[in-house]
Amino acid sequence: MDDLLRIEDELSEEQRLVRDTTSAFVTDKVLPHVGDWFEEGTFPARALAPELGGLGLLGMHLTEYGCAGLDAVSYGVACRELEAGDSGLRSFVSVQGSLAMFPIWKYGSQEQKEQWLPRMASGEAIGCFGLTEPDHGSDPGGMRTTAKRDPSGDWVLNGSKMWITNGSIADVAVVWAQTDDGIRGFVVPTDTKGFSAQEIHRKLSLRASVTAALYFDDMRLPGDAVLPGVRGLKGPLSCLSEARFGILWGAVGAARACLEAAVEYARTRVQFDRPIGSFQLTQQKLAWMYVAVGQAQLTALHLGRLKDAGAITPQQISFGKLANVRAALDTARQARTILGGNGITLEYPVIRHMTNLESVLTYEGTEEIHTLVLGEALTGLPAYR
Amino acid sequence: MNIVVCVKQVPDTATERKLRSDDNTLDRDAADGVVNELDEYAVEEALRLKEAHGGEVTVLTMGPDKAADTIRKALAMGADKAVHLVDDALHGSDALSTSYAMAQTLKKIGFDLVILGSESTDARTGVLAAMLAERLGVAQLTLANKVEVEGSAVTIQRVTDYGYDKVQGSLPAVISVVEKINEPRYPSFKGIMAAKKKPVQKLGAAEAELAADQIGLGAAWSEVTEAAAAPPRAAGTVVKDEGDGGVKTADFLSSKKFI
Repeated sequence: MDDLLRIEDELSEEQRLVRDTTSAFVTDKVLPHVGDWFEEGTFPARALAPELGGLGLLGMHLTEYGCAGLDAVSYGVACRELEAGDSGLRSFVSVQGSLAMFPIWKYGSQEQKEQWLPRMASGEAIGCFGLTEPDHGSDPGGMRTTAKRDPSGDWVLNGSKMWITNGSIADVAVVWAQTDDGIRGFVVPTDTKGFSAQEIHRKLSLRASVTAALYFDDMRLPGDAVLPGVRGLKGPLSCLSEARFGILWGAVGAARACLEAAVEYARTRVQFDRPIGSFQLTQQKLAWMYVAVGQAQLTALHLGRLKDAGAITPQQISFGKLANVRAALDTARQARTILGGNGITLEYPVIRHMTNLESVLTYEGTEEIHTLVLGEALTGLPAYR
Repeated sequence: MNIVVCVKQVPDTATERKLRSDDNTLDRDAADGVVNELDEYAVEEALRLKEAHGGEVTVLTMGPDKAADTIRKALAMGADKAVHLVDDALHGSDALSTSYAMAQTLKKIGFDLVILGSESTDARTGVLAAMLAERLGVAQLTLANKVEVEGSAVTIQRVTDYGYDKVQGSLPAVISVVEKINEPRYPSFKGIMAAKKKPVQKLGAAEAELAADQIGLGAAWSEVTEAAAAPPRAAGTVVKDEGDGGVKTADFLSSKKFI
């Protein structure tokens, strides 16, 4: 598809190589199988993780400890190409790099970094991130999971977490819990006694992704399991900002994949002796999608440059996540109508992206919460406090 | 072992390719440049030989400034350094003058083994490896789908219509490879980051000591006089099965040398 706005020309040589490597991997190793994974409700994380790690996709925007140290735009471009494959694949990489590795890298002790980051960067160890609870999603500050210090200096955790990507396959979980000292993060090996995870089935979205509930039952951790570098909700929220930045790029990839499928279909599908792409109604849909994808891409690139300049704000990330995921979901739905009946099968990528994007709309800050963040930015009046 | 891989930037085969209207040479601005696909197999083979035998892999390309992208990709895959032969005077060089310019440069930078793809997807002459070997006075081992180096002996499997020939030569040598030889690696992100720091030496025609009357459009022995769009595909052959459909299909495939 023609890059009408010449946005790819804006990428540096290094960013283009990152794009090409990721896209080649997705084309060769993911696209031939992802429809089957989605149908079967599986994600071959153990097989893919070493390959993703070998390419440098895990913790790609972090430095040292086996991480590649890419700039923010490169990180975004990689997320875009991953999600052009499937939102589940991008979710895996986001959770590993931005939600599990990032807090250890940013707030962890030297021992925690050395113990986990190289293995996670290589894909040998898989991580997950426990913040959301069954009764606390948009309102994480009310979480009920507690960590109490007993006289021996150990921490004892009780509670549960919900909607945890990679939860039942992880080797390590970064778990956030209430303490006497506010919310703290804990690095939890998943073979710790008292830790259990249960996979969530019957999903109709992100089927090529593992989602689980985590349970902590008098789970005892040594005193040094806590992340020493952060206290309070800003710890987990800073991780989410990292991951949301990847999502606002990833959505562009999912949307682009839907548009490409729709254009190809519109050019070749003949009705009334003409390709349906020659009908004005179809062209109107395609042009609308083209504009939506182009605008989302420009937003992503602009935010990437702000992030590389160290100047990005959480409000700007809310803008990008809100605008781009909505654009992607609307694009997927438009594309679905162009593909007609074929649009509902896994022979084409569109319905897969469409249902995936329903999760993407909700996770990592719902559309509603990001709307209220912008509302507060405009009025100075917080609606949710 | 000192291995030099020759790579070429070509217009993306997925896009529409054009010739320039003024001199009938390739219009490099009309399409995105990518690494000639067969050269990626050459880079991969060089990296594997280096991993097995030690040494160094140098990338050599001849092309305009924009061909630097091609160099960077090869460096990101794992090559150690690069030489970029770049000069406006090289514009329009045909296979013969390209082989002259590259052979001169290869003599200058030194090599034990030169590896390149068996042809480029743009001009598709497929003669550069042979010309380089002649000009350098070394063994030519072309169309390899397997390469083995033992001491100073190089053995390849040379692909033929019916199978392969085993061809042996001694170092130094020039090898061209076909796509069946390996599966090129993707540049890893660490490789991409490391490539930024790898040395790229730019050589002009004067620095490579190229004679002005041997290079460029003026020195070309071949000339593109005309170009036309490919004719639309003719109708295919329909085999009607009258009990001998299998035999007829096999005869057809055999006549086209597919079997």
